[in-house]
Amino acid sequence: MTYKFIGKRIKRNEDPRLLTGQALFVDDVDIPGMLHVAFVRSDYAHARILNIETEAARQHPGVVAVYTAEDMGDEWAPGPPLVSPPPTLAGVIFNSRRQSPLAKGKVYHAGEAIVAIVAESRYIAEDAADEVRVDYEPLPVVVDLEKAMGPDSPRVHDDLDTNLAAHMFQKKGDYEVARAQADLIIKKKFFLDRGAAVAMENRGVVAHWDEKSQQMTIWDTTQAPIPIRNGTAARLGLSQKQVRVIAPFLGGGFGPKAMMFYPEEMLIPWLSMKLCRPIKWIEDRRENFYATTSERQQVHEVEIALTNDGRVLGLKDDFLHDTGAFDPYGLTIPLNTQCHVTGPYDIQNIASNCTAVFTNKPIVTPVRGAGRPQGVFIIERMMDFAARELGMEPLELRVKNLIPPEAFPYDKEIIDQAFAKLILDSGNYLPVVEKAREMIGYDQFIKEEQPRLRAEGKFVGIGITPFIETTGVGPYEGVRIQIEPSGKVNVATGIGTQGQGHFTSFAQIVSEQLGVAVSDVSLVSGDTAEFHWGTGTFASRGAVVAGSATLAAATSVRTKVLKLASKVLETPEEELELEDGVVRVADLPHRSISLGELAALANPLRGAVEPGTEPGLEATDYFGPAYGATSFGVHAMIIEVDPETMMIEFKRYITVEDCGTVLNPLILEGQIHGGVSMGIGNSYYEKMHWDENGQLLNASLADYLIVTAHEMPNRIEVGHLETRSPFNKLGTKGVGEAGAIPVTACFTQALENALEEYHLEILESPLSPNRLYELLRNLTMSTYGREARK
Amino acid sequence: MAYHKITLTINGEPEQVDVPSNMTLLKMLRERLGKTGTKNGCAAGECGACTVMVNGEPVNSCMILAVECDGSEIVTVEGLSDHGSLAPIQEAIMESGGVQCGFCTPGILIASQALLNRNPNPSEAEIREALVGNLCRCTGYVRIIEAVQAAAQMV
Repeated sequence: MTYKFIGKRIKRNEDPRLLTGQALFVDDVDIPGMLHVAFVRSDYAHARILNIETEAARQHPGVVAVYTAEDMGDEWAPGPPLVSPPPTLAGVIFNSRRQSPLAKGKVYHAGEAIVAIVAESRYIAEDAADEVRVDYEPLPVVVDLEKAMGPDSPRVHDDLDTNLAAHMFQKKGDYEVARAQADLIIKKKFFLDRGAAVAMENRGVVAHWDEKSQQMTIWDTTQAPIPIRNGTAARLGLSQKQVRVIAPFLGGGFGPKAMMFYPEEMLIPWLSMKLCRPIKWIEDRRENFYATTSERQQVHEVEIALTNDGRVLGLKDDFLHDTGAFDPYGLTIPLNTQCHVTGPYDIQNIASNCTAVFTNKPIVTPVRGAGRPQGVFIIERMMDFAARELGMEPLELRVKNLIPPEAFPYDKEIIDQAFAKLILDSGNYLPVVEKAREMIGYDQFIKEEQPRLRAEGKFVGIGITPFIETTGVGPYEGVRIQIEPSGKVNVATGIGTQGQGHFTSFAQIVSEQLGVAVSDVSLVSGDTAEFHWGTGTFASRGAVVAGSATLAAATSVRTKVLKLASKVLETPEEELELEDGVVRVADLPHRSISLGELAALANPLRGAVEPGTEPGLEATDYFGPAYGATSFGVHAMIIEVDPETMMIEFKRYITVEDCGTVLNPLILEGQIHGGVSMGIGNSYYEKMHWDENGQLLNASLADYLIVTAHEMPNRIEVGHLETRSPFNKLGTKGVGEAGAIPVTACFTQALENALEEYHLEILESPLSPNRLYELLRNLTMSTYGREARK
Repeated sequence: MAYHKITLTINGEPEQVDVPSNMTLLKMLRERLGKTGTKNGCAAGECGACTVMVNGEPVNSCMILAVECDGSEIVTVEGLSDHGSLAPIQEAIMESGGVQCGFCTPGILIASQALLNRNPNPSEAEIREALVGNLCRCTGYVRIIEAVQAAAQMV
């Protein structure tokens, strides 16, 4: 399909504001009379609260109010459950335990908010917080996932018999039958640990209750302003119309800013109503490590069953999933893991058994990837081990098991995060693999370069990893588009934006339909006063779901434009064209009328708007997909390990992506680059170190190391192939998390390849230079569960 | 808390401000002068989002007190463009696609501009070195580094 705007490398509409310091972020909101909040947070991961002494803080000059859970009286209530367990799965156990605005009676993780201090300035609030005394009775702490499920483990929640948060089993075919038919069975156990999302902007909430207008306005660093509005209205006993939530420019989201309903999101608006003052709370970086959600800890025991010629007959995965102290976000992450643990492969027999576990650690919700990197890591590790056992080349084994193009739409028979069956909509995987293989020069590297470099004493390795990313799930999003008499176009959508370029990519979709310059399309996103239907930006769904709604609304406006222009220009619609902001008669370009003039005509000051029509050139449309769209890609890298320091240099980094129709390659490639940098961090630098007391030992950016300009590859080469999704008219598939998903799997493969002579077997993630050194030092050939038969 | 009357130049304009002893330069810029382009990402000198130029040097404004800047020349992100036309470094970052969420961008722009001021033709390694104190979670730095090289060619 030929497009004029879609697919073009167009500069971003939003950049001038961001580049000159003129973009509004939550912390930039300043309202006269605004008060500031600091929290007293728990020093303990698990303790009973015996007494809270707040008198000194209340007396502190400049303190306006101090609140504990007791002070909230009847208005104290835990947050709502946001995502329920999948209703279509039989036998699911789900124990819902939710966070509360302030801890009552007991603390469940270090950093849980206990007391809110409201003061004239944040400095004063922090000083007064130091004067609060909390007496605790420390309780035994649950940190380790496996121990948490042991019979003698202390319990996170007193009213439950165990630390079981959830249990669900999913299957396709019959794994035991596959196992009986297999020539080779490999069994491994893997340990994956937690990382933090580390958006550069911490969270924040400003709430302004205006007593006179009875209106609540909230600026919130949320990825999902509409659910926050609806939930806030319900909590505060207001109508939805009385609450406006604005998610202005956000300094990155990456998942934890999605619809969690954080304690602070519940509390700050409530305080504003109580005190009739605007109230601001901005999270500090240490709070961000303790009070913002994180994820990725799982323990997997996996078995794969293969034939001698490399067909994967079945996969069995028993895993524990850390959900932290509460589970408001339901089972999204482990469902994603279950959906991705068979990767892009045609595996007919699957048994996946998930046990979600409560621990005395901060709450777990999705972080870019959201359970997918874990699934990809597991299957790709198993493929590596299988290739080794079978004496096959790793890529050959993978290619042999790819889902063939004629098998689409392909039913995985596994329920996904949207509680729908995972149907892979479309794809043609082999050409993507071949392109990546060619771009990185796979064969030449293996045959020529690597032997030569190894002969020079260098530890160089290659990794190449295919993966899928389920994206674009429902329920729906909506968009309203209006042409102004100036000829400029207003677009409003409910999803928030955190740097994904929506101001531009959605504008391109509009421009394509209405023939206006991209810079003439002005988008408002994430303001419930502008658009109040929708869910939010997560699960790589913005481009697919809100993008498709944009296409639908733009098409409706186009229809109105042509109808009116046809009348004015006295020409049949099919002879008209929209270009450069005007409608003209195709063969007589001097006979034209501008969109602005048409917009004015559509909103007449005299005469009547005909019955059955609406004034203006405006339309609202929605898109709600029954199934998501699934992207496919391959990452490949060549790395060199320094045997002295264990530091890694990326010699090459390649990604090839098939995400259907590309809206804007500039934006797409940026998403990939950023994802890769997060993936590199997740692979080798970033790990949250919890001690046995549930204390985070690296809760600062000096100790928790995200990738800097030094660690990144010099270049990331991005290739594209396009298989349009048949599930939406744009033909697009999401790609927001793709960059991060396969990196750890690919990196681990490359690392083992670089250190091939040591026969290293990596069963964990993330690694670090220290950890790699330990692994090499302690090398013993692990033969855990290896069982070759026949 | 003692207050101090300080005089300084911000983006070429003279300013007189009454500041308490414990107020950081960052807080003064954002809360006293409404220059909210400079961002607070950690308040501990670890992320670089608050980088401003103090007498030509890139400085984490969260780590310096306002009173220490008495008599200094400060440049913030608001002072890079000239009456609405973007500076070459701003133009280059936009062209290359080096902005995503934009939260680290003000600090990156200032650190890059400070580099270009002292080294008009930096190598890629020198650019990486100059930006190592500025964390970015969205872009992976690749385009930003390209943009600094492009800006050097534009000047």
